[in-house]
Amino acid sequence: MKSIPVSTTINGDPYEFLCAPDETLLDVLRNRLNLTGAKEGCGTGDCGACSVTLNGRLVCSCLVLGAEAEGAEIATIEGMADGDELHPLQRQFIDHAALQCGVCTPGILVAAKSLLERNPDPTDEEVRYWLAGNLCRCTGYDKIIRAVQAAAAEMRGA
Amino acid sequence: MMRYLAASSAREAAEALAAEGGVTRVLAGGTDVLVQLKAGLVEPALVVDIKKIPGIADITPEAGGFRIGAAVPNAVLGEHAGVVALWPGVVEGANLIGSTQVQGRCTMIGNLCNASPAGDAVPGLVAANAVVRIEGPSGTRDCPVAEIPAGPGKTTLKKGEVITSVFVPARPKGASDAYLRFIPRTEMDIAVASAAVSLELNADGTVEAARVVLGAVAPTVVIAEEAGKVLVGSRLDDATLAKMAAACEAVCNPIDDKRGTVAFRTKTAGTLAKRAAVIAYSRAGGSK
Amino acid sequence: MAFDEYQKRDFKQVGTRVRRPDGVDKVTGRAMYGADATAPGMLVGRILRSPHAHARIKSIDTSAAEALKGVKAVLTGADLPVQDEDFIRDVQDNCMARNKALYDGHAVAAVAAVDAATARAALKLIKVDYEVLPHVTDVDVAIKPGAAVVQDGRTLENVPAGMSENLTSHCEFGHGDPEAGFARADKIIARSFRTAATHQGYIEPHAALANVTSDGKAELWCCTQGQFYVRTLCAAIMGMEASQLRVTASEIGGGFGGKTTVFIEPVALALSRKAGRPVKIVMTRDEVFRATGPTVHTSMDIRIGMTKDGKITAAEAHLRYSGGAFPCGTVDMGAQAAFAAYDLEHVRTYGWNVLTNRPKEAAYRAPGAPQAIYAVESVVDELCQHFGLDPIEVRLKNAAKKGTKSSYGPTFPDIGLVAILEAAKAHPHYSAPLAPGQGRGISCGFWFNFGGNSCVSMNINTDGTVGVTEGNPDIGGSRASISLMAAEELGIDYDRVRTIVADTSSLGYNDVTDGSRVTFAVGLATIKAARDAIRVMRGRAAKIWGIEEEAVDWKDGAAIPAGPNAGKFPPMTLAEIAAVSFETGGPIAGHHEVNVDGAGVSFGVHIVDVEVDKETGATKVLRYTVFQDAGKAVHPSYVEGQMQGGAVQGIGWALNEEYIYGADGRLQNPGFLDYRVPVASDLPMIDTVILEIPNPGHPYGVRGVGETGIVPPLAAISNAVSRSAGIRLSELPMSPPRVLRALGG
Repeated sequence: MKSIPVSTTINGDPYEFLCAPDETLLDVLRNRLNLTGAKEGCGTGDCGACSVTLNGRLVCSCLVLGAEAEGAEIATIEGMADGDELHPLQRQFIDHAALQCGVCTPGILVAAKSLLERNPDPTDEEVRYWLAGNLCRCTGYDKIIRAVQAAAAEMRGA
Repeated sequence: MMRYLAASSAREAAEALAAEGGVTRVLAGGTDVLVQLKAGLVEPALVVDIKKIPGIADITPEAGGFRIGAAVPNAVLGEHAGVVALWPGVVEGANLIGSTQVQGRCTMIGNLCNASPAGDAVPGLVAANAVVRIEGPSGTRDCPVAEIPAGPGKTTLKKGEVITSVFVPARPKGASDAYLRFIPRTEMDIAVASAAVSLELNADGTVEAARVVLGAVAPTVVIAEEAGKVLVGSRLDDATLAKMAAACEAVCNPIDDKRGTVAFRTKTAGTLAKRAAVIAYSRAGGSK
Repeated sequence: MAFDEYQKRDFKQVGTRVRRPDGVDKVTGRAMYGADATAPGMLVGRILRSPHAHARIKSIDTSAAEALKGVKAVLTGADLPVQDEDFIRDVQDNCMARNKALYDGHAVAAVAAVDAATARAALKLIKVDYEVLPHVTDVDVAIKPGAAVVQDGRTLENVPAGMSENLTSHCEFGHGDPEAGFARADKIIARSFRTAATHQGYIEPHAALANVTSDGKAELWCCTQGQFYVRTLCAAIMGMEASQLRVTASEIGGGFGGKTTVFIEPVALALSRKAGRPVKIVMTRDEVFRATGPTVHTSMDIRIGMTKDGKITAAEAHLRYSGGAFPCGTVDMGAQAAFAAYDLEHVRTYGWNVLTNRPKEAAYRAPGAPQAIYAVESVVDELCQHFGLDPIEVRLKNAAKKGTKSSYGPTFPDIGLVAILEAAKAHPHYSAPLAPGQGRGISCGFWFNFGGNSCVSMNINTDGTVGVTEGNPDIGGSRASISLMAAEELGIDYDRVRTIVADTSSLGYNDVTDGSRVTFAVGLATIKAARDAIRVMRGRAAKIWGIEEEAVDWKDGAAIPAGPNAGKFPPMTLAEIAAVSFETGGPIAGHHEVNVDGAGVSFGVHIVDVEVDKETGATKVLRYTVFQDAGKAVHPSYVEGQMQGGAVQGIGWALNEEYIYGADGRLQNPGFLDYRVPVASDLPMIDTVILEIPNPGHPYGVRGVGETGIVPPLAAISNAVSRSAGIRLSELPMSPPRVLRALGG
């Protein structure tokens, strides 16, 4: 079988691409569509650096085939800011020094946004368990948890 | 090169799988299949995506229980108040698999068909006497979940067979279940040992029926029948629980590997069964 | 004014929590990491790795791979030059085996092809004829006579009786007469310890994009902690002149020491040279674990004597480290660091390095120190328990301080250990009540810190803004710190300074981002470059005012007359001087190049509360506080970040992280599933207390802070486990099966 044609929506924009049957969505995003914000840290769903949402569900794009994107709605880190206006999570991550090397940051931001859409007022423990699939080796998570909570408070208008 | 087929019916999926001479994989959530592809462990000739099959991602009430489609992601299962109320242990097992990201994709049936002895969804389903519906070359059949695993990475499914749903039955009042696993971290690990306990209580709070199922302590899940019998008639007093734990340890046949030792797995299976039994008992309305 | 010496001052910018300059790029996904670059006509490079722990490579047949359509180059060790110098040969042989595969995952061949699928297919067509040899992966086995010999010709001269040819080096430090000291002790405790190898676990796998052209020029883009060192190593391996190889460091997704050397970079260059096209290699996670950096794994004997009132009378350590299949000097650092926190009359440490069939060790955060200090701090704690003494009081009684002759030789200048211990003792955490079953542990930690070669350029733009060009990849916010120091010295706002990390053709040599050196050493060079630029600007003001340069001072970002005799002129700001620079002599810049000494040593103390589940052996970390002397904290948030990150890596080492080898010599857990780094739900908040004891060797008093934090957690947690569960473990990690076994389960 040759490449598969796929029509999909990414960050609200229509995209069409061809991919190999065994090609992951992550590889499609990075290598075919130049959306390199999602990172490959492991390729096996253990690190969360490639997190995106697929039809509103948080997933690891390394564990999705490109072909499965047909007709789907995908959101990546590239679509998180509104033009030059950073999302509160993005701003709070900078203000709280919640990133050091920053390579896990896109995945964590996408995951945190997904959490706050479901639970606008999570406990620290809920944030920690929701983000357990997003490895960060630099920060020890402390400042990440604080930044997510600060963004949650800001988004609640608290 | 691998072919990808998004089947539009269970029949189409079964026929395509049956017709393919090479290695095949059924794709539901993909959280095991894509890992195998990445590692080069399998190079399937055909991958059949079942998610486009009408109804396969639905949860439907049936005979007081629920029929759960093979492509229902475990995150969706966890949000279903009806299943959570009826079989909390089944759902908590399913919800322990992987990360939030993995939960958005992984399915109980995928976990069952991956046939790892450590699959978190399986002990709860077996304890629940759940039954899967299978579409195959010779039609549709039902089979208890307990009869699907055949050993690490192996199932009893025949060529061309694909599971389309799993049925968890109705329960009487005063019944519940619980699942616990041990992992070295708090998340993101494979179970080193696990236990599911399903209890039905008499009106006086004594156990009327019990099923204890252990994971990761043998090539397949183990139904600890003697452990279940020990609980019957009791209110889970400490002596009974200790006896039940010993009965669990007696049926363990684990391996030493990077995740745990024989001794650790055996001891921990008993510990988890005790703790799960106490949780299930409390959920069922019992008080010690 | 002696530039290198600390001068007390009131800081205006340094010490504030400004936004990092790369923040927006990193929260929007725009930052370019190693794997994010592409080049026209780029090929995909992939590496074939040995499945054997130890095997002679009898032959490699690449003909079928070369014949595959879409394959543009195939490489083996035979394509690389024979190196005379041991060090370069080791680096090269680790990147691509020659004659022997020395560990599971050792590279034996590589291909470049038009796409990943073709490259993968080509690897399968390469036929390697291996003669499998006996292997050894455990330090205690490898050191014994009769063990499989990993490499010929690398054995230490005069191997002591009872040791094997795998011994490559020996070291010894200390002073006094330990036996005389032990004779005065009321109690001597001698214990043996083992620690597993751990991996840096950076989330970004190694990636390199090489482009070698037919005229011998080359460009290399890679994620590294040191582009200049990459150039040095790759130029040597490729036989190139430094001027012809330009290395650009990408944004780096974590390193922790593991990206201080090369693995795939020379391979990408060699493939590109052979193929005549750009080649990108990105490691898989499996490759990262099997073939890059872990730490040493160790076996150690510690003996410490103490009087009943808590005075240490003598201390001794025997350390056996293995950094894998190549010689390394990490044990020397362990032997030097082991007793650094103590003021001892009688102390001796001995170290041996042993070869094993494991990947070549790479630096990892305070290399060699966490292991030795874990063992020492465990025994000190056991002595405290024996005598019923408070562990902080005992450490205060024996603490190294200004004037202490350290166990590794130098006499300490101003150091912060006593202040840190006092802060820990006074902290509410130390006196907070514990519930039954919970235990509290403490440990000291130490790291030397490093200065090194640093080169900084500073350009004063005509609009009054400033560009700083430095040469060290920014791992955790260093561009913000450098900008802060530049702004402080120039007297302008932080927002007017932009710091960039230059490629190797744009700046003089800079040592690797390691040894906690960047904020200290590059910061020092930045301050001096600023002073150089200020000197130029004072000259320009003097010229405008028609007075001598010496008659012009610099204050609050402006030139001013030095005194009443210099004349009456209103202050002329940096922006005003810069605006007319083309009329006063041309562009304005400052430079500084230096090999920096005077990195102050760093101490830390950690307090941790844990609870052990006695039925499963699982240890839960309940509360954690880090105390560390940072010197002047330039950007306190990132100082805290280093302390927190180091502590959590140490928690990982203490509880779960380990390289597990099977009897076949193969790594059993090359992935994040079974190499268990801490996840968010494993942890409490990590509280931090920064102490600012100025480093006398830096104009602002800055010390390195990056490494010390990983040292104390190992013993702190082991000591807490001992108090929670009543068991004393002597092996890391304290994984649940090990704890349960110790509990008798």
